[in-house]
Amino acid sequence: MGFFGTLRPGLVQMRVLDLDKTLDFYTNVLGLDEVGRTADGRVMLKGFDEFDHHSVTLRLADEAGLDYVAFKAACPDTLEELKAKTVAFGYQVTELPANGEQPGFGKRYSFKISTGHTFQIYSDVELAAKGPQIKNPDIWTTPPRGMKAQRMDHFLLYGPNVAEAERFLKEVFGMYVPEVCNAPDGSRVAAWITGSNKPHDLAFVEYPKPGKLHHLGFYLQDWRDVGDAADLIAINHLKLDIGPTRHAITRGHSIYFWEPSGNRIEVYAGGYTAYPDNPQRVWDFDQLGRGLFYFSGELIPSFLEIVT
Amino acid sequence: MNLNIFQITVRETGETFPCKPDETVLAAMLRSGRGPFVCGCFGGGCGICRMKICAGEYEKVKRMSRAHVSEDDEKNGVALLCCVRPRGDMVITKLS
Repeated sequence: MGFFGTLRPGLVQMRVLDLDKTLDFYTNVLGLDEVGRTADGRVMLKGFDEFDHHSVTLRLADEAGLDYVAFKAACPDTLEELKAKTVAFGYQVTELPANGEQPGFGKRYSFKISTGHTFQIYSDVELAAKGPQIKNPDIWTTPPRGMKAQRMDHFLLYGPNVAEAERFLKEVFGMYVPEVCNAPDGSRVAAWITGSNKPHDLAFVEYPKPGKLHHLGFYLQDWRDVGDAADLIAINHLKLDIGPTRHAITRGHSIYFWEPSGNRIEVYAGGYTAYPDNPQRVWDFDQLGRGLFYFSGELIPSFLEIVT
Repeated sequence: MNLNIFQITVRETGETFPCKPDETVLAAMLRSGRGPFVCGCFGGGCGICRMKICAGEYEKVKRMSRAHVSEDDEKNGVALLCCVRPRGDMVITKLS
């Protein structure tokens, strides 16, 4: 048996304040490909190494942030199983029709979790017209642009009651929690959670306001690409938050910055290989600086406090 | 007196910093190292640079997230400093 329930986070819908400028960032700086536009003007994007129809949509809105995230279930039977378990867990589930608001996607189920974030699950999605080659494949079809983001990787969400969200993802999605950070009283401050071999498919930080996005992370090949991304941040006058650095948590190499609408983006490479039977790594809150930014060992207020 | 440089005064402390007409008030605050600068996204999204403009002419050059600046706020001079440029000397103040 491979993955238990969900394969990966496969879709996010982001709110942006300036569609043209933000789209220019996503395509020409981050390096995603524009797949097309929806009838209501949202833009669909994907990484060059992603097979599915699209993984990111941008919606012009009057505030920045995250509309929802969607996870791909292993098959239609698993999707129905996850839906039934979600209802049994106590969340109200809405069915979204196939090929509706997200072209190319099959039926989705939508619900809100304890942290105030809208989650969706789906199993069917069309393959992209311009996906990676599969017959004697080359490493890419056209040269990757900009930061050469291969795929959407993970997101960090801020909201209340992380403990319940963590329990939901374990009990319903079949995920596991390779790494956590606890307050001195033992309560959960943060959790890194995965349904795959990635050290995190998503993470949470306990926060009083619901539904907040800390960052959306994209995968790069290696440390050198993270360094090249730093050059592109400077050349394009994007606002750097922190990095290039290494996380001790997840072990990834990383740099954080803000896209033109003010949502924080991470480009990330490496990370350990997670297994569900490995013991959980536990961080004390007073060691979190070293966990997040291994080289300096110091927390920076902007990283902890600024969300959209 | 250089007519191309405006002075931004922080009401609480009286300290001032110069701001060019083609830069945002937040960029000038960061460059000068003066003022109560806390900066985040520089894109109008995160809201960390939210302050009130008590006096002076300015122009909004970027959309400000409605999660942080409502229409009423905007009419009353509340702004994200990363989204405004000066058209004259300005006085700004912190919001609780």
